[in-house]
Amino acid sequence: MKNIIIKKFKSIFISGLIVLSIGCERDIADDAPDALFSSNGEVFTDIPVGLTDQFFESFNPAEGYNTDDTFEVVDDESFDGTSSIRIDVPSPDNPNGFLAGGIFRDRGEGRNLTGYDALTFWAKASTTATLASVGFGSDFEEDKFAVTRSNLQLTTNWTKYIIPIPDPSKLVQERGLFSYIAAPFDVLGDGPNGNEIGWTMWIDEIRFETLGTLGQPRPGIFNGSDIVTEAFTGSNIQVTPLTYTVNQPSGLNATVNATANYFEFESSDPAVASVDSTGEITVLGDGTTTITASIGNIAAEGSIEVTSIGPFPHAPVPTRDPANVISLFSDAYTNVPVRHYNGFFLPFQTTQGGAGSDPNNVDIQAPFSDGSPDNIINYTALNFVSIGTYETVPLVDVSSMTTIHMDINVREAIDGGDFIRILIEAGTGAGATSAGDFTLNAAALSNVNADGWATIDIPLSSFSGSIDFANLGQVFFISDATVSDIWVDNVYFHND
Amino acid sequence: MKHIKIIPLFVTALFLSACQTDETQEVAKLNNLIMADEFDVEGTPNPSLWKFEVGDGTAQGIPGWGNNELQYYTDRPENVTVDNGLLVITANEESFGGSNYTSGRIITQGLFEQQYGRFEARIRLPYGKGIWPAFWLLGNDCDQNPWPQCGEIDIMEYLGDSPTLVFGSVHGPGYNAGDSVSKEYQLENDRFDTDFHVFGIEWGPDYINYYVDGDLYQTVTPSLVAEEAIEDDSLENAGEWVFNRPFYIILNIAVGGNLPGAPNAETVFPQSMYVDYVRVYN
Repeated sequence: MKNIIIKKFKSIFISGLIVLSIGCERDIADDAPDALFSSNGEVFTDIPVGLTDQFFESFNPAEGYNTDDTFEVVDDESFDGTSSIRIDVPSPDNPNGFLAGGIFRDRGEGRNLTGYDALTFWAKASTTATLASVGFGSDFEEDKFAVTRSNLQLTTNWTKYIIPIPDPSKLVQERGLFSYIAAPFDVLGDGPNGNEIGWTMWIDEIRFETLGTLGQPRPGIFNGSDIVTEAFTGSNIQVTPLTYTVNQPSGLNATVNATANYFEFESSDPAVASVDSTGEITVLGDGTTTITASIGNIAAEGSIEVTSIGPFPHAPVPTRDPANVISLFSDAYTNVPVRHYNGFFLPFQTTQGGAGSDPNNVDIQAPFSDGSPDNIINYTALNFVSIGTYETVPLVDVSSMTTIHMDINVREAIDGGDFIRILIEAGTGAGATSAGDFTLNAAALSNVNADGWATIDIPLSSFSGSIDFANLGQVFFISDATVSDIWVDNVYFHND
Repeated sequence: MKHIKIIPLFVTALFLSACQTDETQEVAKLNNLIMADEFDVEGTPNPSLWKFEVGDGTAQGIPGWGNNELQYYTDRPENVTVDNGLLVITANEESFGGSNYTSGRIITQGLFEQQYGRFEARIRLPYGKGIWPAFWLLGNDCDQNPWPQCGEIDIMEYLGDSPTLVFGSVHGPGYNAGDSVSKEYQLENDRFDTDFHVFGIEWGPDYINYYVDGDLYQTVTPSLVAEEAIEDDSLENAGEWVFNRPFYIILNIAVGGNLPGAPNAETVFPQSMYVDYVRVYN
């Protein structure tokens, strides 16, 4: 008991704030210092309470937030008193932006909200729309203790809504007092396709309060799942999502997303993998470790068991003179611009991975021992996929090259009938095309080094057909689903 | 009464928790303790006081215990045990005896039966849709005078999806099941599944007083049940006061059934009710 008190004193002095608790027989410290920050819980009653002059500060208009037409305080509608906040959520085609959203900030240095267990507000809507996000802790600075409740179903009657605070003791100086994001209402529930409608909601009586009627707190990571995974040394895994669920007096649960700052993370064997305060796991050494989390003294549901499977098996680093190389995808060379590393050609293509056109932002980034990144494409659900150099980028002249090189690491057992057919197409998107192919059979794909990489060099003269190599448009990898999971690196032409 | 010293300066930042409920019962006048189980012997509840009811009610002639309940009661420690000074009755989600849930129900029938007095228990309740714990009494003549004639006094019933509410009821001829004489008690700024609360009645020849913690919230009298009973020509004794004989005690958690409805996706299992003590005074 005594130790606890001393510890409490320590935290009081460190924070300059009052963190008092717990139990019946413990006296409050006589010499605890004054509270530095206001503990006023009121945010909006009939007027904004202690908020910045801007009162409402919109999220970034560049991201679609409408700053002109969406926010006002009105006197013709209120739950209690004389006024409420009216938010007009735009229609999808509003030229000033289709989202309504922003924050209210404390006009001072922040508030001490440690005495409250929830942010509450009353709201009604013109229709039974859902509020995309609502919460607190977003302050346009660090968003350190941001909490949001997503997809809150509104009604056309004034109703009280509760945003539980995961750990009030963290909120010793909080500036972000309210935040919301509202999007056009998808009446038909058929996804974002422009047929959504604008709607209106009214919000009143926003305050932090001590309900006492919230119970059964359940922090969660990974949605409460116990995940088992293998990972290479040096790789990172993010603990996400981070949630906090409580049971409301209505008997219904409320789940919010909370920032990592509410959580403590722990690795059962930090020599295998460490986890930092942001929930980022770094795999360090051999073995198996389990990462868990907690809020206060409540263990979070969910975990991740990470087994280190050693250093990442990099593909052999190319050593050819860059002067003799035209590269589509390699960290060893400057790559020509590509349209895509996966065209996602619907409806027949199933292949995932390789999204985008940035060779430095693909599926796997595994650092070399010197810390520099090794980017690797990981095609999954492969039936066919192409690297494209057409339409948005110039066709590539590889007519001075003799050979196409690639490193392929098949991430599954190779059966006798498995193959990857490399098909080169020229002139794509520029009139007549020409194409030819060369098939890598199971033996070729199985001819691998100790790290599982098949290093493949195919003379261009070995390709079927008559290809116009001065106008390279696409290089296809076609497996017809015989092989579905592959790593690809160092795709380049050379004339060695 | 324990004293909490509060320095006014800090009032707004003060948290209180885990305080024991004040056990002083101003509403209760009967203080002569005649039976107490403090549940301080670990393991099976004291067999000289409690016995198990086992099954889904079929053997008793009331499948689903008369309410289409979903649990199978067992006498296993997974469902009923005494641990750390508490009686723990636990509802589990598991296939057992043809049911999808198990739970526990213990009774003092033939072991402790009492006419009139103060019956009290200190309980922390579970939560979740479909969870239906109760602390209640049945007349000891139900074999001869089938329910509701034998009488039922529900000291505390609670539905896990209304965690701030309990209710107390009496059942008898012309006032039973959905038409029982019943009243709710709601906690302000608190709930029943986060800490212990005291539930009790004080029962005399012409009254039953219901209380939670220190609050008397309902008085049931012969004139009240006569008034509220449903008149029915085939039932000559509708509204009869049937609470003039010994009753026995029941503690249980039902799962599902007509009143609470079935558990849903949000219901967490297992769910336990923790009973600190059962005491009877006269």
